[in-house]
Amino acid sequence: MDKWIKIALIFTLLIFSLEGFAQKQRFPKPEFGTGYSQPTPVTPEPRALALEYTDVIVLLIVLSLSSWIAIKDRSRKKMLWLSVFTLLYFGFYRDGCICAIGSVQNVALTIFDPGYAISITTLLFFLLPLIFTLYFGRTFCAGACPLGAIQDLLIVKPLSLPEWLRKTLGILPYLYLALAVLFAATGTDFIICRYDPFVGIFRMDAAFHMVIIGIAFLLMGMFVARPYCRFLCPYGVLLNWMSKFSKWHLAITPAACIQCKLCSDSCPFDAIDYPTDEKQVKQRIWGVNRFLVYAVLIPLWIIIGGYAGSKAHVWISKANPKVYLAELLISKPEVRLDEKNLDVQAFLSSGKSMEMLVDEASVIRRKFYFGGWIAGGFMGLVIGMTLLNQIIFRTKKDYQPNKGNCYSCVRCVTYCPVKN
Amino acid sequence: MLNVNSHKQIRGIEMENSPKNSRRDFIKKGTRLSLLLTLGAVGGIAAKHLTGEKYVWQIDPFKCTQCGRCATSCVMSPSAVKCIHAYDLCGYCDLCGGYLKPDANQRSTAAENQLCPTAAIQRKYIEEPYFEYVIDESLCIGCAKCVKGCTSFGNGSLHLQIIQNRCLNCNECSIARLCPSEAISRVKASNPYKVKGSFTKEGKS
Repeated sequence: MDKWIKIALIFTLLIFSLEGFAQKQRFPKPEFGTGYSQPTPVTPEPRALALEYTDVIVLLIVLSLSSWIAIKDRSRKKMLWLSVFTLLYFGFYRDGCICAIGSVQNVALTIFDPGYAISITTLLFFLLPLIFTLYFGRTFCAGACPLGAIQDLLIVKPLSLPEWLRKTLGILPYLYLALAVLFAATGTDFIICRYDPFVGIFRMDAAFHMVIIGIAFLLMGMFVARPYCRFLCPYGVLLNWMSKFSKWHLAITPAACIQCKLCSDSCPFDAIDYPTDEKQVKQRIWGVNRFLVYAVLIPLWIIIGGYAGSKAHVWISKANPKVYLAELLISKPEVRLDEKNLDVQAFLSSGKSMEMLVDEASVIRRKFYFGGWIAGGFMGLVIGMTLLNQIIFRTKKDYQPNKGNCYSCVRCVTYCPVKN
Repeated sequence: MLNVNSHKQIRGIEMENSPKNSRRDFIKKGTRLSLLLTLGAVGGIAAKHLTGEKYVWQIDPFKCTQCGRCATSCVMSPSAVKCIHAYDLCGYCDLCGGYLKPDANQRSTAAENQLCPTAAIQRKYIEEPYFEYVIDESLCIGCAKCVKGCTSFGNGSLHLQIIQNRCLNCNECSIARLCPSEAISRVKASNPYKVKGSFTKEGKS
């Protein structure tokens, strides 16, 4: 008997739903007497997948060329033309998207959100430059990065920055990376893409404030060479790590360094390490004790950083629209009456209950809490390691590029009088 | 600051093949290998969700609440979002909620009666009492005023779509981030549109 009731129920539901569907068209389409032919809506296709793979192949070719120029050919002119090509192709033709710098976020999102599928192109844009850097140094920065290229081409009179300033500002990329991964992993925002200062210039179209920031960066870059690369680029952090342990790297001199100092001012990025000073050798005895103290302090830095990050999670999580909306509705219930608040009105008309929103928001906030610990701990580690690096003593015999910071732009090579 | 002039050459302290050097090389090699393995691991984890398919952004017209942000939030100006007309759903009404202002004084093509701020909808007489409405995409700015009118008073045949040859396919769509009704999502590039009619609320995947 039960079965029949169920079947009857299903039938009535079916009839009702069909009726509902028919009623949706308030004004049924007319039958035309004259020979009217109905146009079809135009829906142009997106850029073909094959062209995306072309981008990967172009990146591979540019990376190979750039590495070959930096290691074997050592011609600044060739590197310059390669960066012009990169600027035109990846910058102005491809509108700056997708780029390796932004792909960090896609990788973070796909690791933490199984619902997001990363495309092969994006993953390769993330991995290829890192692998190349692990073998050839940061040749990606010199020849294959459109953001690097636009800044590199506009260097006019680079100033040398004092070391303390470089080291302090050098912490910013780590913070940017930590925040970018945190925001991407929680599905909040892709801040690297949103605050990319040059993408508006590539597209010749952007929000007014981003145009101003972009132009400001370029103007600053005339005197402080590659300001974005050195003091902001989050992908540069990863490249720096890879490059420090690269198998091969650009060398200033093709043979033995004759200590002529001609190259010492050639690097616009202060990325040439000078030979060790005798004064520093004397300080070494003091250095050992300080080294131990600084090393012991690192776990403390990590804990402080993590604690600060976890404390800041409430504030940082407000960047997430869902958390923000839930907080707003709880703290200011009168906002429900505000006709102009589109977010609130859209939520109220969506039929979602307040509990559902609060649940979703608290799940996201929980992620921010753990993310805050990790990101903060990471920043603590970075600060601790930066301080430790200040007192680490390394004997250097010659003028050498600093493997972590050198972009392999080949400028210094032209200053070296040693040929072969 | 390093004083370049006062440096002393301390060459010869380390021989090329001293044990210290080979140890350093060993550490370097080991670190390089572990970095490579880390990259492989990250790539491997990411590859679990790898897709060979290309994804593009698209609006679900049934979720859209016509808030008007598509016109202002896109990185392109004018926006890559434009109005699409699903003619199958159109009633070809004389009194069109998408074309005429609610307070229009007559049903004519006069500018003061048009809802569209850029006059991108062309009204064409077909036969008594039917009119055809065609969107001129070069004029449309995606403000959704007509969509709101059509959805409120008509069949909802006018609706917004992201026009794929205009969309730059940003890594993260700046409209999707601000969309109050979460109507914009990534869809497969092999099926890049959600045009009403061919994509009905019942039949959507």
